Formats: sequence, structure tokens, C-alpha cells
Amino acid sequence: MILGRSERGKPPVEPVTLKILVAGGFGVGKTTLVGAVSEIRPLRTEETLTEAGRPVDDTSGVEGKHTTTVAMDFGRITLREDLVLYLFGTPGQERFWFMWDELSEGALGAVVLADTRRLEDCFAAVDYFERRGIPFVVGVNCFEGAARYPVDDVRRALDLDDGVPLMMCDARERASVKDVLIGVVEHAMARSADRRQTVTT
Amino acid sequence: MSADGQGTRHWFDDDAGPVVRPYAMTRGRTTHAAQHRLDLIAVVVAEPHADDPEADPTLSPEHVDIVELCRKAPQSVAELAAELDLPIGVVRVLVGDLVDGAFVHVNRPVPPAELPDENILRDVINGLRAL
Repeated sequence: MILGRSERGKPPVEPVTLKILVAGGFGVGKTTLVGAVSEIRPLRTEETLTEAGRPVDDTSGVEGKHTTTVAMDFGRITLREDLVLYLFGTPGQERFWFMWDELSEGALGAVVLADTRRLEDCFAAVDYFERRGIPFVVGVNCFEGAARYPVDDVRRALDLDDGVPLMMCDARERASVKDVLIGVVEHAMARSADRRQTVTT
Repeated sequence: MSADGQGTRHWFDDDAGPVVRPYAMTRGRTTHAAQHRLDLIAVVVAEPHADDPEADPTLSPEHVDIVELCRKAPQSVAELAAELDLPIGVVRVLVGDLVDGAFVHVNRPVPPAELPDENILRDVINGLRAL
């Protein structure tokens, strides 16, 4: 049987949707990672400019502008007609962190991208997901020209819990990004299996 | 816009944002009572037997666009926002109106507490491997 587009008159397939977040510091490769596995489309949301944004956002010439556009990386991977995975890059600027709560609600898991030259940039994301109990893996984006460090050294530097997987990756490589995403789902699965065990015993 | 009318060159550039401010499309509403906080990945499905949205004078062009996109295939809230280049908050309100009018229904994603269902996760892993 050929499975194709839904036949005429047949109701459309209503897919199950899941989301994985991609976090990390500015310029660490979040956009690249999302783009490597997905058809990328810009997603924007309009937010009210706050006092905190005033010194940062130059509004001269558009003084009537009271909102700003927050761009988010957004990707879609259709795994099956009835199963769709969405990727959301979390906004990097600290003042948009209120959006994280909304994004992380119901998320299957997260990738924290790290750059060994600026490891401290991802501390906040690691902390965020740890506190909220969202399963995450750390992907160390191997930039050209950046020194490579042994996995254990990076783990120690990040003070990661033993259970958190750390993977070396290349955000430009589709295959590498696929592996990271599989890592997230496997980790989420293992975590939920653990939880079930604690409930039953 | 400048109050004195002198700053014409500042008008209508992209930085000033859309000519119609986004929340004008929602008549100033920023939330919808019935569809509060629709998830970004909630799926909006067109009701097959709904009336022609274009014939409904209470609906805006943006409402009609949403119904038409969803008729082609069910769409997530995030996709609708990206496709129509509208803020998510606006899409939420408009979708809420369309639910009230029975033009669409919304499938909310699996609640986080029930996630992750092991079978679904296994399907996701297999799907990713097969990409």
C-alpha cells in the first residue's frame, strides 16, 4: 500500500507534537544547530519594551515604538505524518528570560550548547534546566580553532551531575545534530524510567 | 509617528514596525478568555464542515488566513505565527475567536506530567535515526 497524502474527504491527520529546546550563550551556534536539521522559518513575537531594555535598545527616531520583536529560532522535523518534533532556540538576552518559562513548559528535553572558549556562557542555561527538572544534554560545539578538551575536564568545569550526558558535536553537521537530539530523547526516556521505578518501589 | 508632522522621513520604515500595529488586529485584546496561554505547539485543526470564513463579516482577513492555512494541513500555533508573520500573542487571540466560532478546534499537546510516553519517545528516536 502506498501511504501518501490524505485522500479526498478524509479528515487530515492531527499530529502529535513534541518540543526540544536549544539553549546556550550568544553566538554558540543555536541557529546553526536548528538550521542543520530543519526547514527554518523565522518566528517572532512582539513584546513590550521595558525599562531594562532602554539603555540597550536604541529607539531614537522611532520614539513611538513601545514594543520590540523577539526573534526565536524555530525548526520543524516531521518524523512521521502523525509525529512532529519542534525545536525552539531560547532567546539569549537575559531580559527575555521570562519567555523561557513558557517555552520550557511541556518540553520533552533540551540541548545546552557550549563553547569551550566561553563555557561560563552556558552556566545559566544548565542551572535553569537543573532547577526545573527538565532533562537536558550538553553539546560541546567543536569550533574550528578552539582547543579540544577531554570530556571529563569539560564536565568538571561545568560541574555537571553524573547523570547529565555530555556530547561533542558539530552544530553544522546534520548527522552530528541528529545524534545530539537522539541523546536528548534517550536521556528523557531513561529519566522517566527512573521516575517510574521510584514510584513503583 | 511624529507629532509635529515634520519627521516624514521617519515614517513607514521597517524599523517602525508594521503599519497596522499587531494588536489592532485583535481589537486591543492581548488574551483570550477561553484559549488562555495556548501552547506554541498546540495544533490548530480546521473544522471540515465549518461555514465559509470569508462570508462571516465578524472575522478579519487574518482570521480567514488562519482558517485557510489550517484547511491545507493542521498547523501549530508557532507555525501560524511564523507563516503569517504575526506575534504569537496575536495568533492566540485570533485562534481563540475561531474556536468560539467553531471554525477550528485545538489539540493541546500531551501534558508534561504525562510525558514522556515511552512508545512515543521510541518512535521519535527511530524517526530521528531514519532522517
